[in-house]
Amino acid sequence: MSSVNSCAASTLEAALPSRRPNLKWLLGFILPVGLALAWEVAVALKWADGRLLPTPSRVFTTLAGLARTGELAAHVLATLQRVALGFGFGVAAGTVLGAVSGYWTLARRLIDPMLQALRNIPSIAWVPMFILWFGIFETSKVILIAVGVFFPIYLSLSGAILGVDRKLVEVGRIFRFSHREMITRILLPATLPAYVISLRSGLGLGWMFVVAAEFMGAEEGLGFLLVDGQQTGRPAVILASITAFAILGKITDWLLASVSARFLTWQDSFKPAE
Amino acid sequence: MLGISNVDKRYPNGLLALSGLNLDVAEGEILAIVGGSGCGKSTLLRLISGLDTPTAGTVALDGTPVTGPRPEIGLVFQEPRLMPWLTIDQNVAFGIRHLPQAEQKARVSESLARVGLASHVGHWPRELSGGQAQRVALARALVGRPKVLLLDEPFSALDALTRGDLQDHLLDLWAYDRPTMILVTHDIEEALVLADRIVVMQPNPGRVRVEVTPPLARPRDRLDAEFLQWKYKLLGDLDHASRPPTGDESFPAVAI
Repeated sequence: MSSVNSCAASTLEAALPSRRPNLKWLLGFILPVGLALAWEVAVALKWADGRLLPTPSRVFTTLAGLARTGELAAHVLATLQRVALGFGFGVAAGTVLGAVSGYWTLARRLIDPMLQALRNIPSIAWVPMFILWFGIFETSKVILIAVGVFFPIYLSLSGAILGVDRKLVEVGRIFRFSHREMITRILLPATLPAYVISLRSGLGLGWMFVVAAEFMGAEEGLGFLLVDGQQTGRPAVILASITAFAILGKITDWLLASVSARFLTWQDSFKPAE
Repeated sequence: MLGISNVDKRYPNGLLALSGLNLDVAEGEILAIVGGSGCGKSTLLRLISGLDTPTAGTVALDGTPVTGPRPEIGLVFQEPRLMPWLTIDQNVAFGIRHLPQAEQKARVSESLARVGLASHVGHWPRELSGGQAQRVALARALVGRPKVLLLDEPFSALDALTRGDLQDHLLDLWAYDRPTMILVTHDIEEALVLADRIVVMQPNPGRVRVEVTPPLARPRDRLDAEFLQWKYKLLGDLDHASRPPTGDESFPAVAI
């Protein structure tokens, strides 16, 4: 009897939402924190030399110092602004052209071959031309980032539109949807999951390209901080800048993912077992 | 009411799916079209729905040619084809999106109540069973009160028990405002349970082979002797229709 009772209790417990805060996300910290601690200990015990790879505590002290003088905030703001502008323009252009070339065959035949050819040029290769055309200041940097963001978004949106289930489109036809309704009520929601993924990979590329852009000669920004650390031989500064990139990239990606998750609750997707 | 005259349908790949087809459907009639795969029965339904256009001949509703989908003609597909990103009531509202919000809401809940899913408002399609999803698809097709309801093997993906339930259910729905129904199926029993008139089609190219009007009383009993006789007769016709013409038509009509 008692075993029956305990069985019922445990299934009940499983069915009720747990009242404890969900701490599973902390699992993601085990690996990076563990590695950092190991390095810290290794240097402290003199097993390794911390000169070329400074310990996490030194990187942290450097970051804290930069934060205290207000330098860090200035660099972060400059970089964030470039990424935001470049991402915004890249997303806008990628969305419009991707949608047009996915929906309209003539447009696809006109623009797609050219864009596919351009896509294979490493964006860094444009840097000299961009500097020539748009100057050494902000414009050329934002455009370089926008170019990097543009391609994944263009590519996956046009591909996703072409991949929308014909059967669902036919339902729209039966109900005599206009072109606009077909786009807003069927194509847009159907392509949303792929679009969100492309936004996230576009954002990742945006963070990559901002470093390249700031290598082009910037007076502030995390990429500038990185180059500065290199030129003055301070690895701790380089690592501080890299750490800041990692944290900002992770936060912005998390923001994008959690905002978009609200629109995708309908998905009947694979949920791996715990 | 619905007139199909001299309809040919040739696909771009050269396949002649339908040839010289003539068929008239009366108002409120339930017509079943049966045939093996490739006899053009689904093609015919696509032509009537306006999703496709005939290569020659005309499909006309009340004298006006059907050149594209029309609000008076509803279609239920083989699969439910619900939009996974809309709740089931939003899916049903698809058919009456031009109406004012309040009226949409009333019509949708009425329609869902009629298919027995009133309590599922706000649920996602992924939460439904196959039979429930197909009932939502029926509600979506009927919510706009079409004069003609086309059904393309609507229950073929369901298990036998659910299929039987939904067949009876469809007749209840039909009794409500008696739309003209054209049902495409490969299931003779389904055709006999539902239809006033049954057309057996044969392939290569698709054309009508036999047309019967079984004088069976309703509601029809699937185990009734007369029902079974009709079933055997039509199975024979279907069997003949799906064999390549050999000139020898004398083989036994029944093969079960």
